[in-house]
Amino acid sequence: MTELTELEKVIPTDTIKTDEYLVNMGPQHPSTHGVLRLLVKLEGEIVHNVQPDIGYIHSGIEKMSEALSYTQIPHLTDRMDYLSAHMNNEAVALCVENALQVEVPERVKYIRTIMSELQRLASHQLWWCASGMDLGALTTFFYGLRDREDILDIFEETCGARLTLNYSLPGGVMFDIHPNFQRKVKDFIKKFRKKLPEYDKLITGNVIFTERTKGVGILTKEDAIAFGVTGPTGRASGFSCDVRKHIPYSAYPYVKFEEKLGTEGDCYTRWVMRMDEMWESLSIIEQLIDNIPEGDYTAKMKGVIKLPEGEFYQRVETARGELGVYIISDGKKNPYRVKFRSPGFSNLFAINHIAKGWKIADLVAIMATFDLVIPDIDR
Amino acid sequence: MKSFLNYIAEIFKGIWSLLTGMKVTAKYFFTPWRNVTQQYPENRDKLVFGERYRGELVMPHNESNEHACTGCGICELNCPNGSIEIISKSIMTEEGKKKRIIDLHIYHLGMCTFCNLCVRSCPSDAISFTHSFEHAYWDRKTMTKVLNQPGSKIMANVKE
Repeated sequence: MTELTELEKVIPTDTIKTDEYLVNMGPQHPSTHGVLRLLVKLEGEIVHNVQPDIGYIHSGIEKMSEALSYTQIPHLTDRMDYLSAHMNNEAVALCVENALQVEVPERVKYIRTIMSELQRLASHQLWWCASGMDLGALTTFFYGLRDREDILDIFEETCGARLTLNYSLPGGVMFDIHPNFQRKVKDFIKKFRKKLPEYDKLITGNVIFTERTKGVGILTKEDAIAFGVTGPTGRASGFSCDVRKHIPYSAYPYVKFEEKLGTEGDCYTRWVMRMDEMWESLSIIEQLIDNIPEGDYTAKMKGVIKLPEGEFYQRVETARGELGVYIISDGKKNPYRVKFRSPGFSNLFAINHIAKGWKIADLVAIMATFDLVIPDIDR
Repeated sequence: MKSFLNYIAEIFKGIWSLLTGMKVTAKYFFTPWRNVTQQYPENRDKLVFGERYRGELVMPHNESNEHACTGCGICELNCPNGSIEIISKSIMTEEGKKKRIIDLHIYHLGMCTFCNLCVRSCPSDAISFTHSFEHAYWDRKTMTKVLNQPGSKIMANVKE
Protein backbone atom coordinates (compact mmCIF):
# COMPACT_ATOMS: atom_id res chain seq x y z
CA MET A 1 0.00 0.00 0.00
CA THR A 2 1.52 3.31 -1.07
CA GLU A 3 1.34 6.32 1.17
CA LEU A 4 -1.38 8.82 0.49
CA THR A 5 -0.38 12.23 -0.81
CA GLU A 6 -1.48 15.43 0.92
CA LEU A 7 -4.30 15.91 -1.55
CA GLU A 8 -5.53 12.36 -1.22
CA LYS A 9 -5.74 12.73 2.58
CA VAL A 10 -8.09 15.70 2.25
CA ILE A 11 -10.24 14.33 -0.56
CA PRO A 12 -10.80 10.58 -0.74
CA THR A 13 -9.40 9.42 -4.08
CA ASP A 14 -12.29 7.18 -5.06
CA THR A 15 -14.72 10.10 -5.06
CA ILE A 16 -12.84 12.18 -7.65
CA LYS A 17 -11.55 9.30 -9.70
CA THR A 18 -13.24 8.97 -13.05
CA ASP A 19 -13.21 5.84 -15.13
CA GLU A 20 -10.35 5.34 -17.53
CA TYR A 21 -11.46 6.00 -21.04
CA LEU A 22 -9.95 5.43 -24.42
CA VAL A 23 -9.41 8.17 -26.98
CA ASN A 24 -8.32 7.59 -30.53
CA MET A 25 -5.72 10.16 -31.50
CA GLY A 26 -5.53 9.85 -35.26
CA PRO A 27 -5.25 8.31 -37.83
CA GLN A 28 -6.41 11.67 -39.17
CA HIS A 29 -4.99 14.01 -36.58
CA PRO A 30 -3.04 17.11 -37.56
CA SER A 31 -0.38 16.71 -34.88
CA THR A 32 0.55 13.16 -35.84
CA HIS A 33 1.76 14.47 -39.26
CA GLY A 34 0.42 11.49 -41.09
CA VAL A 35 -1.72 8.45 -40.57
CA LEU A 36 -0.57 7.34 -37.14
CA ARG A 37 -3.18 6.15 -34.67
CA LEU A 38 -2.53 6.45 -30.97
CA LEU A 39 -4.83 4.69 -28.54
CA VAL A 40 -4.61 6.96 -25.54
CA LYS A 41 -5.92 5.79 -22.17
CA LEU A 42 -6.96 8.82 -20.19
CA GLU A 43 -8.17 9.58 -16.73
CA GLY A 44 -9.60 13.03 -17.02
CA GLU A 45 -6.84 14.80 -18.86
CA ILE A 46 -4.00 12.65 -17.60
CA VAL A 47 -2.43 10.13 -19.93
CA HIS A 48 -2.20 6.63 -18.49
CA ASN A 49 -1.15 4.66 -21.50
CA VAL A 50 -0.30 5.37 -25.13
CA GLN A 51 -0.57 2.49 -27.53
CA PRO A 52 0.61 3.35 -31.04
CA ASP A 53 -1.26 1.51 -33.79
CA ILE A 54 0.90 1.60 -36.86
CA GLY A 55 0.54 0.25 -40.37
CA TYR A 56 -1.92 2.66 -41.95
CA ILE A 57 0.62 3.71 -44.56
CA HIS A 58 2.52 0.44 -44.85
CA SER A 59 3.77 0.25 -48.41
CA GLY A 60 5.82 -2.92 -48.29
CA ILE A 61 9.06 -1.32 -49.40
CA GLU A 62 11.18 -4.13 -47.95
CA LYS A 63 9.21 -6.78 -49.81
CA MET A 64 9.11 -4.79 -53.05
CA SER A 65 12.89 -4.39 -52.90
CA GLU A 66 13.25 -8.16 -53.24
CA ALA A 67 11.95 -7.94 -56.79
CA LEU A 68 14.08 -4.96 -57.82
CA SER A 69 17.67 -4.66 -58.91
CA TYR A 70 20.19 -2.83 -56.74
CA THR A 71 20.02 0.28 -58.94
CA GLN A 72 16.26 0.41 -58.57
CA ILE A 73 16.04 0.03 -54.77
CA PRO A 74 17.16 3.61 -53.87
CA HIS A 75 14.16 5.17 -55.58
CA LEU A 76 11.83 3.32 -53.19
CA THR A 77 13.72 4.50 -50.12
CA ASP A 78 12.86 8.08 -51.14
CA ARG A 79 9.32 7.27 -50.12
CA MET A 80 10.33 5.86 -46.75
CA ASP A 81 11.49 8.88 -44.81
CA TYR A 82 10.67 11.47 -47.42
CA LEU A 83 12.30 14.29 -45.49
CA SER A 84 15.66 12.48 -45.46
CA ALA A 85 15.36 11.13 -49.00
CA HIS A 86 19.00 11.64 -49.87
CA MET A 87 20.33 9.96 -46.73
CA ASN A 88 18.13 6.94 -47.41
CA ASN A 89 19.44 6.69 -50.97
CA GLU A 90 22.97 7.04 -49.70
CA ALA A 91 22.48 4.25 -47.17
CA VAL A 92 21.49 1.75 -49.87
CA ALA A 93 24.23 2.97 -52.19
CA LEU A 94 26.90 2.65 -49.48
CA CYS A 95 25.68 -0.81 -48.52
CA VAL A 96 25.94 -2.05 -52.11
CA GLU A 97 29.33 -0.38 -52.59
CA ASN A 98 30.67 -1.97 -49.41
CA ALA A 99 29.44 -5.36 -50.52
CA LEU A 100 31.11 -5.01 -53.92
CA GLN A 101 34.15 -3.31 -52.33
CA VAL A 102 33.97 -0.49 -54.86
CA GLU A 103 35.92 2.63 -54.05
CA VAL A 104 33.88 5.66 -55.14
CA PRO A 105 35.67 8.81 -56.34
CA GLU A 106 36.40 11.51 -53.77
CA ARG A 107 34.11 13.89 -55.62
CA VAL A 108 31.15 11.60 -55.01
CA LYS A 109 31.89 11.50 -51.28
CA TYR A 110 31.95 15.28 -51.07
CA ILE A 111 28.77 15.73 -53.11
CA ARG A 112 26.94 13.13 -51.03
CA THR A 113 27.94 14.72 -47.75
CA ILE A 114 26.93 18.22 -48.86
CA MET A 115 23.61 16.87 -50.11
CA SER A 116 23.02 14.98 -46.85
CA GLU A 117 23.61 18.09 -44.81
CA LEU A 118 21.36 20.19 -47.05
CA GLN A 119 18.72 17.51 -46.66
CA ARG A 120 19.18 17.54 -42.90
CA LEU A 121 18.70 21.30 -42.88
CA ALA A 122 15.57 21.02 -45.01
CA SER A 123 14.22 18.32 -42.72
CA HIS A 124 14.91 20.28 -39.54
CA GLN A 125 13.31 23.36 -41.07
CA LEU A 126 10.15 21.42 -41.77
CA TRP A 127 10.30 19.93 -38.28
CA TRP A 128 10.65 23.44 -36.90
CA CYS A 129 7.59 24.72 -38.74
CA ALA A 130 5.42 21.68 -38.05
CA SER A 131 6.24 21.33 -34.37
CA GLY A 132 5.84 25.05 -33.85
CA MET A 133 2.39 24.66 -35.32
CA ASP A 134 1.62 21.72 -33.02
CA LEU A 135 2.46 23.91 -30.05
CA GLY A 136 0.19 26.67 -31.28
CA ALA A 137 2.47 28.97 -33.26
CA LEU A 138 1.24 29.16 -36.83
CA THR A 139 3.82 31.74 -37.93
CA THR A 140 6.64 29.20 -37.80
CA PHE A 141 4.97 27.16 -40.50
CA PHE A 142 5.23 29.93 -43.07
CA TYR A 143 8.71 31.08 -42.14
CA GLY A 144 10.13 27.58 -42.10
CA LEU A 145 8.64 26.64 -45.45
CA ARG A 146 9.85 29.92 -46.95
CA ASP A 147 13.48 29.11 -46.09
CA ARG A 148 13.13 25.46 -47.04
CA GLU A 149 12.19 26.57 -50.54
CA ASP A 150 15.76 27.75 -51.17
CA ILE A 151 17.13 24.28 -50.46
CA LEU A 152 14.46 22.64 -52.61
CA ASP A 153 15.43 24.93 -55.50
CA ILE A 154 19.05 23.79 -55.15
CA PHE A 155 17.84 20.17 -55.20
CA GLU A 156 15.66 20.82 -58.22
CA GLU A 157 18.55 22.23 -60.19
CA THR A 158 21.06 19.50 -59.37
CA CYS A 159 18.98 16.38 -58.69
CA GLY A 160 16.00 17.06 -60.94
CA ALA A 161 13.42 16.66 -58.18
CA ARG A 162 12.45 18.49 -55.06
CA LEU A 163 11.37 15.78 -52.64
CA THR A 164 11.97 12.30 -54.05
CA LEU A 165 15.49 12.94 -55.23
CA ASN A 166 16.79 9.49 -56.21
CA TYR A 167 20.19 11.15 -56.50
CA SER A 168 22.55 8.66 -54.90
CA LEU A 169 22.92 5.37 -56.74
CA PRO A 170 25.30 2.45 -56.16
CA GLY A 171 28.64 3.66 -57.52
CA GLY A 172 28.05 7.38 -57.43
CA VAL A 173 25.43 10.00 -58.01
CA MET A 174 22.88 10.42 -60.78
CA PHE A 175 24.17 13.69 -62.27
CA ASP A 176 27.23 15.82 -61.78
CA ILE A 177 26.56 18.95 -59.72
CA HIS A 178 25.03 21.83 -61.61
CA PRO A 179 27.45 24.70 -62.52
CA ASN A 180 25.42 27.02 -60.27
CA PHE A 181 25.44 24.62 -57.34
CA GLN A 182 28.36 25.99 -55.34
CA ARG A 183 27.31 29.61 -55.77
CA LYS A 184 23.72 28.88 -54.80
CA VAL A 185 24.67 26.87 -51.72
CA LYS A 186 26.99 29.64 -50.55
CA ASP A 187 24.26 32.23 -51.09
CA PHE A 188 21.84 30.06 -49.14
CA ILE A 189 24.24 29.63 -46.21
CA LYS A 190 24.83 33.37 -46.04
CA LYS A 191 21.09 34.01 -46.09
CA PHE A 192 20.19 31.27 -43.63
CA ARG A 193 22.81 32.30 -41.08
CA LYS A 194 20.85 35.53 -40.76
CA LYS A 195 17.49 33.74 -40.62
CA LEU A 196 18.38 31.19 -37.96
CA PRO A 197 18.61 33.71 -35.08
CA GLU A 198 15.10 34.79 -36.09
CA TYR A 199 13.93 31.23 -35.44
CA ASP A 200 15.30 31.47 -31.91
CA LYS A 201 13.74 34.87 -31.33
CA LEU A 202 10.34 33.63 -32.46
CA ILE A 203 10.11 30.42 -30.48
CA THR A 204 13.03 29.32 -28.34
CA GLY A 205 12.87 32.15 -25.80
CA ASN A 206 9.09 32.50 -25.96
CA VAL A 207 7.49 32.24 -22.54
CA ILE A 208 4.52 30.15 -23.68
CA PHE A 209 6.81 27.73 -25.47
CA THR A 210 9.24 27.32 -22.56
CA GLU A 211 6.39 26.80 -20.10
CA ARG A 212 4.99 24.04 -22.29
CA THR A 213 8.27 22.23 -22.96
CA LYS A 214 10.71 22.69 -20.05
CA GLY A 215 10.71 19.60 -17.87
CA VAL A 216 7.99 17.92 -19.95
CA GLY A 217 8.37 14.34 -21.17
CA ILE A 218 11.76 13.50 -19.73
CA LEU A 219 13.58 10.62 -21.39
CA THR A 220 16.55 9.47 -19.34
CA LYS A 221 19.79 8.31 -20.93
CA GLU A 222 19.21 4.72 -19.76
CA ASP A 223 15.76 4.66 -21.30
CA ALA A 224 17.04 6.19 -24.53
CA ILE A 225 19.59 3.39 -24.83
CA ALA A 226 17.07 0.73 -23.81
CA PHE A 227 14.53 1.85 -26.41
CA GLY A 228 17.15 2.42 -29.09
CA VAL A 229 16.23 6.08 -29.43
CA THR A 230 18.75 7.69 -31.75
CA GLY A 231 19.26 10.96 -33.53
CA PRO A 232 18.72 14.38 -31.97
CA THR A 233 16.06 12.83 -29.72
CA GLY A 234 18.55 10.40 -28.21
CA ARG A 235 21.32 12.98 -28.03
CA ALA A 236 19.07 15.29 -26.04
CA SER A 237 19.12 12.62 -23.33
CA GLY A 238 22.91 12.51 -23.38
CA PHE A 239 23.18 9.33 -25.45
CA SER A 240 26.13 9.83 -27.79
CA CYS A 241 24.82 8.10 -30.92
CA ASP A 242 25.89 10.18 -33.91
CA VAL A 243 26.83 7.74 -36.66
CA ARG A 244 28.62 10.55 -38.48
CA LYS A 245 31.01 10.78 -35.53
CA HIS A 246 31.36 7.16 -34.41
CA ILE A 247 31.41 5.31 -37.74
CA PRO A 248 32.22 8.08 -40.25
CA TYR A 249 31.19 7.45 -43.84
CA SER A 250 31.48 9.49 -47.08
CA ALA A 251 33.30 12.77 -46.41
CA TYR A 252 32.52 13.01 -42.69
CA PRO A 253 36.06 11.96 -41.67
CA TYR A 254 37.39 15.12 -43.37
CA VAL A 255 35.23 17.64 -41.55
CA LYS A 256 35.33 19.01 -38.03
CA PHE A 257 32.05 19.20 -36.22
CA GLU A 258 30.76 18.85 -32.73
CA GLU A 259 28.32 16.24 -31.52
CA LYS A 260 26.07 18.26 -29.27
CA LEU A 261 24.79 16.37 -26.24
CA GLY A 262 21.98 17.40 -23.95
CA THR A 263 21.56 16.51 -20.30
CA GLU A 264 17.90 17.05 -19.48
CA GLY A 265 16.15 14.89 -22.05
CA ASP A 266 12.99 16.98 -21.94
CA CYS A 267 11.08 18.51 -24.84
CA TYR A 268 12.99 21.77 -24.59
CA THR A 269 16.38 20.05 -24.87
CA ARG A 270 15.21 18.08 -27.88
CA TRP A 271 14.16 21.35 -29.47
CA VAL A 272 17.49 23.07 -28.72
CA MET A 273 19.39 20.01 -29.97
CA ARG A 274 17.87 20.31 -33.43
CA MET A 275 18.43 24.06 -33.55
CA ASP A 276 22.11 23.45 -32.69
CA GLU A 277 22.32 20.73 -35.29
CA MET A 278 21.26 23.21 -37.97
CA TRP A 279 24.26 25.41 -37.08
CA GLU A 280 26.54 22.36 -37.23
CA SER A 281 25.16 21.38 -40.63
CA LEU A 282 25.85 24.87 -41.96
CA SER A 283 29.44 24.68 -40.78
CA ILE A 284 29.93 21.20 -42.32
CA ILE A 285 28.69 22.45 -45.70
CA GLU A 286 30.94 25.50 -45.48
CA GLN A 287 33.98 23.31 -44.88
CA LEU A 288 33.26 21.17 -47.94
CA ILE A 289 31.68 23.42 -50.53
CA ASP A 290 34.89 25.10 -51.74
CA ASN A 291 36.97 21.93 -51.73
CA ILE A 292 34.96 19.60 -53.97
CA PRO A 293 37.70 17.70 -55.83
CA GLU A 294 37.60 17.29 -59.59
CA GLY A 295 36.87 13.86 -60.99
CA ASP A 296 34.12 11.54 -62.08
CA TYR A 297 30.72 11.70 -60.49
CA THR A 298 30.31 7.95 -60.62
CA ALA A 299 32.56 4.93 -60.34
CA LYS A 300 32.59 2.39 -63.16
CA MET A 301 29.85 -0.09 -62.41
CA LYS A 302 28.54 -3.07 -64.34
CA GLY A 303 25.20 -2.77 -66.08
CA VAL A 304 23.71 -5.51 -63.93
CA ILE A 305 24.96 -5.36 -60.35
CA LYS A 306 25.27 -8.73 -58.63
CA LEU A 307 26.23 -8.81 -54.97
CA PRO A 308 28.36 -11.66 -53.62
CA GLU A 309 26.58 -14.13 -51.35
CA GLY A 310 26.35 -12.94 -47.78
CA GLU A 311 24.90 -10.39 -45.41
CA PHE A 312 25.70 -6.68 -45.54
CA TYR A 313 24.85 -3.90 -43.15
CA GLN A 314 25.34 -0.18 -43.44
CA ARG A 315 24.24 2.58 -41.13
CA VAL A 316 23.89 6.27 -41.79
CA GLU A 317 22.66 9.20 -39.75
CA THR A 318 19.42 10.57 -41.14
CA ALA A 319 17.71 13.68 -39.79
CA ARG A 320 15.79 11.49 -37.32
CA GLY A 321 18.47 9.06 -36.20
CA GLU A 322 20.26 5.97 -37.25
CA LEU A 323 19.07 4.26 -40.42
CA GLY A 324 20.37 0.75 -40.98
CA VAL A 325 20.20 -1.10 -44.28
CA TYR A 326 20.55 -4.85 -44.04
CA ILE A 327 20.82 -6.79 -47.29
CA ILE A 328 21.00 -10.56 -47.57
CA SER A 329 22.20 -11.60 -51.00
CA ASP A 330 22.20 -15.03 -52.59
CA GLY A 331 24.40 -13.93 -55.48
CA LYS A 332 21.57 -13.04 -57.86
CA LYS A 333 20.75 -9.63 -59.29
CA ASN A 334 17.95 -9.13 -56.78
CA PRO A 335 18.46 -9.19 -53.02
CA TYR A 336 17.14 -12.20 -51.08
CA ARG A 337 15.94 -10.01 -48.23
CA VAL A 338 16.17 -6.32 -47.38
CA LYS A 339 15.53 -4.88 -43.95
CA PHE A 340 15.56 -1.23 -43.00
CA ARG A 341 16.15 -0.29 -39.39
CA SER A 342 14.27 2.97 -39.45
CA PRO A 343 14.88 5.55 -36.73
CA GLY A 344 11.22 6.60 -36.48
CA PHE A 345 10.06 3.11 -35.52
CA SER A 346 12.39 2.84 -32.52
CA ASN A 347 11.79 6.41 -31.42
CA LEU A 348 7.99 6.08 -31.52
CA PHE A 349 7.82 3.33 -28.91
CA ALA A 350 9.59 5.41 -26.29
CA ILE A 351 6.57 7.72 -26.25
CA ASN A 352 4.44 5.40 -24.13
CA HIS A 353 7.16 5.29 -21.49
CA ILE A 354 7.63 9.04 -21.15
CA ALA A 355 4.09 10.32 -21.76
CA LYS A 356 2.60 8.50 -18.75
CA GLY A 357 1.37 10.94 -16.14
CA TRP A 358 1.45 13.97 -18.41
CA LYS A 359 -1.55 15.83 -19.78
CA ILE A 360 -2.85 15.12 -23.26
CA ALA A 361 -1.58 18.51 -24.48
CA ASP A 362 1.91 17.50 -23.33
CA LEU A 363 1.60 14.35 -25.41
CA VAL A 364 1.32 16.62 -28.46
CA ALA A 365 4.46 18.48 -27.36
CA ILE A 366 6.31 15.17 -26.94
CA MET A 367 5.17 13.98 -30.37
CA ALA A 368 6.24 17.29 -31.92
CA THR A 369 9.76 17.13 -30.48
CA PHE A 370 10.19 13.48 -31.45
CA ASP A 371 9.89 14.51 -35.12
CA LEU A 372 8.08 11.44 -36.40
CA VAL A 373 7.65 10.73 -40.08
CA ILE A 374 4.97 8.09 -40.45
CA PRO A 375 6.03 6.34 -43.70
CA ASP A 376 9.41 5.89 -42.03
CA ILE A 377 7.71 3.99 -39.19
CA ASP A 378 5.45 1.88 -41.39
CA ARG A 379 7.75 1.44 -44.39
CA MET B 1 7.78 39.56 -0.60
CA LYS B 2 10.70 38.25 -2.62
CA SER B 3 8.58 35.62 -4.32
CA PHE B 4 6.03 38.28 -5.18
CA LEU B 5 8.73 40.42 -6.84
CA ASN B 6 9.93 37.35 -8.70
CA TYR B 7 6.40 36.75 -9.87
CA ILE B 8 6.15 40.30 -11.23
CA ALA B 9 9.59 39.98 -12.86
CA GLU B 10 8.52 36.73 -14.52
CA ILE B 11 5.49 38.44 -15.98
CA PHE B 12 7.60 41.22 -17.50
CA LYS B 13 10.19 38.75 -18.76
CA GLY B 14 7.39 36.78 -20.39
CA ILE B 15 5.93 39.85 -22.04
CA TRP B 16 9.41 40.85 -23.27
CA SER B 17 9.95 37.40 -24.80
CA LEU B 18 6.62 37.71 -26.60
CA LEU B 19 7.58 41.15 -27.90
CA THR B 20 10.90 39.78 -29.21
CA GLY B 21 8.96 37.32 -31.30
CA MET B 22 6.47 39.95 -32.37
CA LYS B 23 9.35 42.13 -33.58
CA VAL B 24 10.22 39.47 -36.16
CA THR B 25 6.66 39.15 -37.43
CA ALA B 26 6.26 42.95 -37.44
CA LYS B 27 9.38 43.24 -39.58
CA TYR B 28 7.77 41.10 -42.25
CA PHE B 29 4.42 42.79 -41.82
CA PHE B 30 5.82 46.22 -42.63
CA THR B 31 8.17 45.06 -45.39
CA PRO B 32 5.86 43.24 -47.76
CA TRP B 33 8.46 43.25 -50.58
CA ARG B 34 10.36 40.59 -48.63
CA ASN B 35 7.45 38.21 -49.02
CA VAL B 36 7.81 35.26 -51.31
CA THR B 37 4.19 34.43 -52.09
CA GLN B 38 3.56 33.48 -55.70
CA GLN B 39 0.26 33.91 -57.52
CA TYR B 40 -0.14 30.42 -58.98
CA PRO B 41 -1.79 29.66 -61.46
CA GLU B 42 -1.76 33.25 -62.78
CA ASN B 43 2.05 33.17 -63.03
CA ARG B 44 2.12 29.90 -64.95
CA ASP B 45 4.11 31.38 -67.84
CA LYS B 46 6.73 32.91 -65.57
CA LEU B 47 7.50 29.82 -63.49
CA VAL B 48 11.21 28.97 -63.34
CA PHE B 49 12.35 25.35 -63.38
CA GLY B 50 15.71 23.75 -62.89
CA GLU B 51 16.84 22.44 -66.24
CA ARG B 52 16.99 18.84 -64.95
CA TYR B 53 13.51 18.98 -63.44
CA ARG B 54 11.62 15.75 -64.14
CA GLY B 55 8.06 16.44 -65.18
CA GLU B 56 6.86 14.08 -67.87
CA LEU B 57 8.60 11.57 -70.10
CA VAL B 58 8.67 12.47 -73.80
CA MET B 59 10.42 11.27 -76.93
CA PRO B 60 11.80 14.28 -78.82
CA HIS B 61 11.16 14.24 -82.59
CA ASN B 62 12.93 16.40 -85.15
CA GLU B 63 11.30 18.45 -87.95
CA SER B 64 11.00 15.49 -90.32
CA ASN B 65 9.17 13.40 -87.67
CA GLU B 66 12.16 11.24 -86.74
CA HIS B 67 13.16 9.96 -83.31
CA ALA B 68 16.23 8.19 -81.96
CA CYS B 69 14.51 5.15 -80.39
CA THR B 70 15.73 1.79 -81.63
CA GLY B 71 13.22 -0.19 -79.62
CA CYS B 72 15.88 -2.07 -77.68
CA GLY B 73 13.75 -2.22 -74.52
CA ILE B 74 16.47 -1.23 -72.04
CA CYS B 75 14.26 1.50 -70.57
CA GLU B 76 11.49 -1.07 -70.07
CA LEU B 77 13.91 -3.34 -68.20
CA ASN B 78 15.23 -0.52 -66.02
CA CYS B 79 11.85 0.85 -65.08
CA PRO B 80 11.15 -0.25 -61.50
CA ASN B 81 7.36 -0.16 -61.72
CA GLY B 82 6.49 -1.14 -65.26
CA SER B 83 5.40 2.24 -66.51
CA ILE B 84 7.08 1.73 -69.89
CA GLU B 85 5.91 -0.82 -72.43
CA ILE B 86 7.75 -1.36 -75.71
CA ILE B 87 5.87 -2.99 -78.57
CA SER B 88 8.16 -3.66 -81.52
CA LYS B 89 7.46 -5.03 -84.99
CA SER B 90 9.59 -6.65 -87.69
CA ILE B 91 9.92 -5.05 -91.10
CA MET B 92 11.82 -5.90 -94.25
CA THR B 93 14.53 -3.38 -95.07
CA GLU B 94 15.35 -2.31 -98.64
CA GLU B 95 18.29 -4.71 -98.68
CA GLY B 96 15.90 -7.55 -97.93
CA LYS B 97 16.92 -8.04 -94.27
CA LYS B 98 14.57 -8.48 -91.35
CA LYS B 99 14.76 -5.64 -88.85
CA ARG B 100 13.04 -5.00 -85.51
CA ILE B 101 11.80 -1.46 -85.09
CA ILE B 102 9.63 0.26 -82.53
CA ASP B 103 5.90 0.11 -83.10
CA LEU B 104 4.56 1.69 -79.91
CA HIS B 105 6.44 3.20 -76.98
CA ILE B 106 3.73 3.23 -74.32
CA TYR B 107 4.21 5.33 -71.20
CA HIS B 108 1.87 4.99 -68.20
CA LEU B 109 2.14 8.37 -66.52
CA GLY B 110 0.01 7.25 -63.60
CA MET B 111 2.50 4.57 -62.60
CA CYS B 112 5.66 6.64 -63.10
CA THR B 113 7.74 7.62 -60.06
CA PHE B 114 10.03 9.99 -62.01
CA CYS B 115 13.21 8.20 -60.93
CA ASN B 116 15.16 8.98 -64.14
CA LEU B 117 16.45 5.42 -64.51
CA CYS B 118 15.00 5.06 -68.03
CA VAL B 119 16.57 8.25 -69.34
CA ARG B 120 19.85 7.37 -67.63
CA SER B 121 19.98 3.90 -69.20
CA CYS B 122 18.90 4.83 -72.75
CA PRO B 123 21.86 4.10 -75.06
CA SER B 124 20.67 6.44 -77.84
CA ASP B 125 19.29 9.33 -75.70
CA ALA B 126 15.89 8.90 -77.31
CA ILE B 127 13.78 9.88 -74.30
CA SER B 128 13.93 12.83 -71.92
CA PHE B 129 11.89 14.62 -69.28
CA THR B 130 10.00 17.86 -69.85
CA HIS B 131 9.08 20.44 -67.24
CA SER B 132 5.31 20.00 -67.45
CA PHE B 133 4.08 19.15 -63.98
CA GLU B 134 0.30 19.50 -64.00
CA HIS B 135 -0.62 15.84 -64.21
CA ALA B 136 -4.26 15.92 -63.13
CA TYR B 137 -6.76 14.42 -65.59
CA TRP B 138 -10.44 13.64 -65.51
CA ASP B 139 -9.97 10.29 -67.18
CA ARG B 140 -7.36 7.71 -66.26
CA LYS B 141 -7.05 6.58 -69.87
CA THR B 142 -5.47 9.89 -70.83
CA MET B 143 -2.56 9.05 -68.56
CA THR B 144 -1.46 6.26 -70.88
CA LYS B 145 0.52 7.91 -73.63
CA VAL B 146 2.20 6.75 -76.80
CA LEU B 147 5.50 8.56 -77.03
CA ASN B 148 6.45 7.92 -80.66
CA GLN B 149 4.33 10.00 -83.02
CA PRO B 150 2.30 8.23 -85.70
CA GLY B 151 4.22 7.80 -88.92
CA SER B 152 7.54 8.60 -87.28
CA LYS B 153 10.70 6.69 -88.09
CA ILE B 154 14.17 6.30 -86.68
CA MET B 155 16.88 8.85 -87.44
CA ALA B 156 19.46 7.75 -89.99
CA ASN B 157 22.55 8.34 -87.84
CA VAL B 158 21.43 6.34 -84.78
CA LYS B 159 23.67 3.35 -84.12
CA GLU B 160 21.81 0.15 -83.39
